[in-house]
Amino acid sequence: MQRTGLILLSTLMWAAVFTGVPFGRAVSADEGTASAEAASEAEASIFEFIDQQIRQGWQDNEIEPSPVATDEEWVRRVYLDVVGRIPTLQEVSSFLDDKNPRKRSILIDSLLDHEDYVRNFTTIWTNYSIGRGTPRQVSRTGMEKFFREAFARNRPWNEIVVDIITASGHFEENGAVNYILAQMQNRDEGVQLTAMTARLFLGLQVQCTQCHNHPFNKWQQDQFWEYNSFFRQVNRVDHRKLDPNTGRMVDDYSEVVWQEFSGPVYYEKRSGMMQVAFPKYEGREVDPGPGVDRRIEFSKLLTESVDDQAPHIAQAMVNRMWSHFFGYGFTRPVDDMGPHNPASHPELLSRLSREFVSSNYDIKQLIRWIVSSEAYGLSSRFGEKNKIDDPGAGEMPLFSHMYLKSMQAEQMYDSLIVASNAHKSGQGGWGAQEEQRRRWMQQFVVAFDNDENDESTTFNGTIPQALMMMNSELMERAVSVERGSFLFEMMSQPGTDAQKIQDLYLTALSRKPTRAEAAKMQKALAAYRNQKLAGYQDLFWALLNSNEFVLNH
Amino acid sequence: MSLWKNYGMNRRHFMQHMATAAATIPAMNFLSHLQANADVVKSKQKACILMWMGGGPPTIDIWDLKPGSKNGGEFRPIDTAASGVQISEHMPETAKVFTDLSLVRSMSTREADHNRGRYYMQTSYVPNPTVVHPTFGSVVSYEIGRNRKALEIPAFVSIDGGAGQAGFLGMTHAPFSVDNTGRIQNAPTEEGKKRLDARLTMLDEIESGFIQSGRGELPKAHMDVYLNAKNLMTSRQMAAFDVNKSDVSLGLETESQATKDAYGTNGFGQGLLMARRLVQVGVPFVEVNMGGWDLHADVFNTLKNQRLPQLDRGIAAITADLKQRGMLDNTVLVWMGEFGRTPRINQDVGRDHWAASWSVMLGGGGLKNGQAVGATDKDGIQIAEGSKAYLPGDIWATVAMAMGIPVNTVHTSKRGRPMKLANGGTPIQELIG
Repeated sequence: MQRTGLILLSTLMWAAVFTGVPFGRAVSADEGTASAEAASEAEASIFEFIDQQIRQGWQDNEIEPSPVATDEEWVRRVYLDVVGRIPTLQEVSSFLDDKNPRKRSILIDSLLDHEDYVRNFTTIWTNYSIGRGTPRQVSRTGMEKFFREAFARNRPWNEIVVDIITASGHFEENGAVNYILAQMQNRDEGVQLTAMTARLFLGLQVQCTQCHNHPFNKWQQDQFWEYNSFFRQVNRVDHRKLDPNTGRMVDDYSEVVWQEFSGPVYYEKRSGMMQVAFPKYEGREVDPGPGVDRRIEFSKLLTESVDDQAPHIAQAMVNRMWSHFFGYGFTRPVDDMGPHNPASHPELLSRLSREFVSSNYDIKQLIRWIVSSEAYGLSSRFGEKNKIDDPGAGEMPLFSHMYLKSMQAEQMYDSLIVASNAHKSGQGGWGAQEEQRRRWMQQFVVAFDNDENDESTTFNGTIPQALMMMNSELMERAVSVERGSFLFEMMSQPGTDAQKIQDLYLTALSRKPTRAEAAKMQKALAAYRNQKLAGYQDLFWALLNSNEFVLNH
Repeated sequence: MSLWKNYGMNRRHFMQHMATAAATIPAMNFLSHLQANADVVKSKQKACILMWMGGGPPTIDIWDLKPGSKNGGEFRPIDTAASGVQISEHMPETAKVFTDLSLVRSMSTREADHNRGRYYMQTSYVPNPTVVHPTFGSVVSYEIGRNRKALEIPAFVSIDGGAGQAGFLGMTHAPFSVDNTGRIQNAPTEEGKKRLDARLTMLDEIESGFIQSGRGELPKAHMDVYLNAKNLMTSRQMAAFDVNKSDVSLGLETESQATKDAYGTNGFGQGLLMARRLVQVGVPFVEVNMGGWDLHADVFNTLKNQRLPQLDRGIAAITADLKQRGMLDNTVLVWMGEFGRTPRINQDVGRDHWAASWSVMLGGGGLKNGQAVGATDKDGIQIAEGSKAYLPGDIWATVAMAMGIPVNTVHTSKRGRPMKLANGGTPIQELIG
């Protein structure tokens, strides 16, 4: 199949979280620094273990890593990955000017305490949980509220998963139920809920076994229905109300409630024979009798270690988190783990998962381990001796250089705002901005919801998407010279063309132009004569539309 | 313009068509005096126009009437130009061109939910959580569109629609959505067009630097997409989207008011007119959407006064127009919705969802037209005894064959699963002759 193209953009709107202040300030950077300094010996050894395991892969494959990323390359990457947007001009400049040799780990800690960290991971997990376009009778606001609180308080991941799987109640009072509501769009006896839960939280693809034994792995059809039997006590109730204006019934709210279910579930073999399955997970059975809340029993089993390995929920999260930062996890796809699909770095995955459990499922700690690794700090350029490390060409990832990742729709929107102050130019208060964000995301929902399982390292670039970047109202505002816009502010300051060009590069690409680039752009601007403002607009447009802008490197 | 080469003209062939067309429907003439006297540019390239009836049309009131049955409803059947084929009395213009159209009256498709039904009818596969199947327009884009090097605009255009997905074939083959006025979302303004060159020159400088920095293939792929977008924005073929534009080299004329009226000055009619122009410039798959078929209540008045007059006019016009231009043999027409509607008339004088026995219309494409394949029983509630039941895959396999796509084509999903074209459907024997 042809793999042309490329930006994968996922899609999603998460309007309701917007606080009115587009991006908050890093809070309590001191605290973060202190905790990093207090890193225990055990942690130090994990840091070493990660590097050692990755290096082993390089040696075994006789490759050498790319050089360490420049500060310019690294600072942009870490902002995009941790807080979901590029750094502002001020943030870039202050990092580049910082002479502290530990500045990278200091920045990691301060970003983990930044409110945009919460916003970023809330977006990501809301997308995973309910999709990009909100299904009917699902509350995006509720789902976001749940994740926002979870990430803000850095709740242990196992507690978050258990809360979601066992959730009951009103979709705004207990936002966690929205995951289940979104998976129960069809009256399908929890089939989709079973498949999604296994994939998302356990890293297991059992969905094919709904209908048949898996041809390549150990999953059997009975296992799907054993998992499914844990979800048969879930019922969704959709409440409707009268709209006094139209006299019609409209959606009011939805809730997840318990329903009586005991005994086995029945399913059909391909042969047409009916079979039964009882609630069972990893060889452990749950009383199928009445009065047992199966979801609660399921959640207890989920957190138990199996054969000295960390529970699936830990391994799945570690793999997904690694993939978030590197573009590739230890397995491909990231949510298809198991003996049939060997991991690229099995010992690393295993140890990291166990350490994650030992840390009490500390998500920020997990991120700190990954982002502090030698591999994460490498350049995205291929080196002389690692040309074979090209997972884009189907090779196993060796993490000897950073892989390019395509910005997600939200990252793109938020980065455009950061670069351009587009939300400030022209009129429109909070409501108008929200509306604009919603419209922008909606285009992605329509055009890009197709490939939700695709990796971010592909770039499903399409013409509509390019047109959106080139000509949309948002881009028009981004390069506007109205009061409040970035260009207006910049042009109001004194400074030479050279300085202004440098500021534009720093703002859009988090780097200074090379000498050659600066010279060429100066020359290009000179051609605008007394229309120089238009020249700056065009340059800024080109920077924001560039591959270097949209590809997280 | 290199495109010119692809558009051969056979005057005698054309005149034959003119003669036939004039004989059957003297009222409609889609060729201007100018065109009739000059060589008309004619596309020999294969194409498919899908008329998608969102909501699920009551085919028992349109294509497969049941006079004398309690389910028969208010409408009477009338004869068509095709001997032995009768359709609704509210489709008189279509009846006149029915030698170029056909019915498959024994569709039995099991999915009676809007979303599932649409997915099934458009992809030939039932929804499955493991994979997103491509809608057939994406298949055509993949199989035919990418080989049409002269085509500068997207190979799969959806007018007033856009629910179809390219699935595992990739976003490049997703439908390109426009509304029936031809408006393209985020098309550049005139001001934007003026500045495009300067901006793209600067962009090229920045992108080239990143491409040369040794970071693999994505930076170049990004540049290619922008190049395609630029080519689209500046392409002459864009004139196909605007019925008020002409481009002689492409064989596109400004559409006269008479032509617009013949198609019907409603969204469906104007969408079909645009579809014909798109096919003229080489677009292999155009989907034209017409909604408003979910007729749970007041079905007969709605059909008689609103839906059928537009439908009738549109189908008759596109059929006659393509024929007069000599394009009908290369253009398959497909008319379908996500399902049919219940033979039983409900208490609100409506019909509900029904997938067990209903009709799809096909036409053009060099098929053996002028016939009705398959039948339902006297009350329309099941496929008649001895009649073969057809699935969406059989319809699309028929279309594939008409378009020259090998029916035994197999694609591969992202997870490496083999996926048969049209879910392994079989071309309908009676239609392929």
